[in-house]
Amino acid sequence: MLTCFIATKGGATLDQFLQQIVNGVSLGSIYALVALGYTMVYGIIKLINFAHGDVYMVGAYVGFAVTTYLGLGFIPALIISMVTCAVLGMSIEKIAYKPLRNSTRIAVLITAIGVSLLLEYTMMYFVGPEVRSYPKLLSPKVFKFGNIIINMQQIYIVLTTIVLMIILQYVVNKTKVGKAMRAVSADKDAAQLMGIKVDNTISFTFAIGSALAGAGGVLVGIYYNSIDPLMGMMPGLKAFVAAVFGGIGSIPGAMIGGLSIGMLETLVSGYGNSMYRDAAVFAFLILILILKPSGLLGKNTKEKV
Amino acid sequence: MRKRTILSLLSILLVMSLLIGCGNDAVENGANNNTDKEGIKVGINYELTGGVASYGQSSVDGILMAFDEINEAGGIDGKEIIPVVIDNKSESSEATSVATRLMTQEGVVMCLGPATSGNFMATIPVAQSNGIPVLSSSSTADVGVTIDADGNVYDYAFRLCFNDSFQGVTMANFALNNLNATKAVMITDTSSDYGKGLAKNFKETFEAAGGQLVAEEGYVKDDKDFNAILTSIRGKDFDVIFIPGYYQEAGLIIKQARDLGIDAPILGADGFDSPVLLELAGEEALTDVYFSNHYSSLDEDPLVQDFIASYKEKYGVEPNAFNALGYDLGKWAADAIKRAGSADPDAIRDALAETKGFEGVTGTFDMDENHNPVKSIVVIELKNGVQSSSIKVDPN
Repeated sequence: MLTCFIATKGGATLDQFLQQIVNGVSLGSIYALVALGYTMVYGIIKLINFAHGDVYMVGAYVGFAVTTYLGLGFIPALIISMVTCAVLGMSIEKIAYKPLRNSTRIAVLITAIGVSLLLEYTMMYFVGPEVRSYPKLLSPKVFKFGNIIINMQQIYIVLTTIVLMIILQYVVNKTKVGKAMRAVSADKDAAQLMGIKVDNTISFTFAIGSALAGAGGVLVGIYYNSIDPLMGMMPGLKAFVAAVFGGIGSIPGAMIGGLSIGMLETLVSGYGNSMYRDAAVFAFLILILILKPSGLLGKNTKEKV
Repeated sequence: MRKRTILSLLSILLVMSLLIGCGNDAVENGANNNTDKEGIKVGINYELTGGVASYGQSSVDGILMAFDEINEAGGIDGKEIIPVVIDNKSESSEATSVATRLMTQEGVVMCLGPATSGNFMATIPVAQSNGIPVLSSSSTADVGVTIDADGNVYDYAFRLCFNDSFQGVTMANFALNNLNATKAVMITDTSSDYGKGLAKNFKETFEAAGGQLVAEEGYVKDDKDFNAILTSIRGKDFDVIFIPGYYQEAGLIIKQARDLGIDAPILGADGFDSPVLLELAGEEALTDVYFSNHYSSLDEDPLVQDFIASYKEKYGVEPNAFNALGYDLGKWAADAIKRAGSADPDAIRDALAETKGFEGVTGTFDMDENHNPVKSIVVIELKNGVQSSSIKVDPN
């Protein structure tokens, strides 16, 4: 399928295709980081946390502030931003979602949209609506493999994403907290009966998901060099599509979903028409919901009536 | 019960806003109570507060400087020009009421401003019904400023700046003649009329002269990732890239293009004219970048250099394009009153329409039948992020 795809495009070379893959993987890594937060929160409290894209925006601004005003480097900025977002994520959960734990799911969903708007416009009030640019943190060095160009930012994005995913896999599968998270996700009431502190576990899940979004925000700031208070809207929606595609609730699914959406976008604007890029992503969402609503790796559970 | 509370709250708000409004009026009247002097009153209806205040304030600084120069030199046939300045708060509804007040109560012979196309358009119906000319220094929209959607000319609306489509034509000619380009790529902001207008005119001119557009890509406002588009055009054979759009996305496109090793010249229009372009793209990327603008401080024309020197003397800063346009507007308005030979708005209107060879800082121009100036454009070259040279391109 890959070869026939290239063959049909006559003039397009293999080099160009590989360059598009590089672009797609970089973009997809960021979607994957954001998609993880969606999927983890959904897995544990069955809530689509629409404020998640805005946590990513706050992460980008925290990174901007510490690098511009405190002159810190990439790694400290990444860590500070992740910690701040983790605290923000936990506070959002405590203030906005916890009091609604036993209300209808639609009430929590609407609250999530409210929190999203609150974050966007509070940020706009403080930092203004104009775009800001990151200081240069990474060397502008580029690596050339024949005709394929990979720049430092892309390498950092992919490496950071891989490292964070490995840590996440370790936390979820090998630690006690991870076990608690899986238990609460499987059955909240039973987990509570087994002596697991459900509230703490949920808080922890929000912290991890938000920290990953914060990391995504810093990476995007460095990669594109442009941040604004509404930057979280589109990537948030696309990461949501990625989470649904991978199977909402599934962590490996979110990674695969993120990379697939990044790739899909890149290929559509590279080989098709750049104006149909966003349309393609959302048409894809509709297709998934019709054909395989549980997603690629999602569990096919029947709703109990 | 609750309804009544809301109603009473609303009425209190209304009364308060009326009071606040009156307060402002009083201040403005106080500032302008020397209007009884013998002279010709010219209304100045600009954005002095609100969202686009920097455009309005810059224009007014330029206009007032022009009027001061004329008055110091003895005025127009011995009569002084008396500016009546009122703030329209960057709102189009306010622009309409300011225009009405200037024309019906202050007795002006013409109105200058507002700066933006939308606010200027809001004053045209008032101008048409009162028979008093309105002039804009910086409304560049193609349709609605001097002609309506059906192509009928508004009798009393004029502008001094070129329109958006003219920039597209100029940049196409610049690519063909000055850069010897035959193949171009276009990456258009399809979410703005500005971008689409530029793109359409660039394409028509470029192709009519035998040039070829090898790729036409699009993006929308707030897009950040252009790598896919740029990678696909990188494999193609082209001489220049034209980006009809604003600095916010153009800065990112330029950076990402240079990162991917695309070193072809990049062309744009006055939407590039912002310091943010440099922040987003970085110094190294902003080389071999050309954009059209109304005016360049690098222009060696003595008229321009004299203007820059006296502007600096008066205000202590370098003039920007809005200052220059405002200055020209003031001079042009005075020139039309002088040629009309009277302060009759209809005679002034005819004089404006018949303008020929008016020499301004932003170029020499004639008025065409659609009340648009036929004037030269300045194309500015950026090298390492700074303006390194400027070329005047004459209309043909």
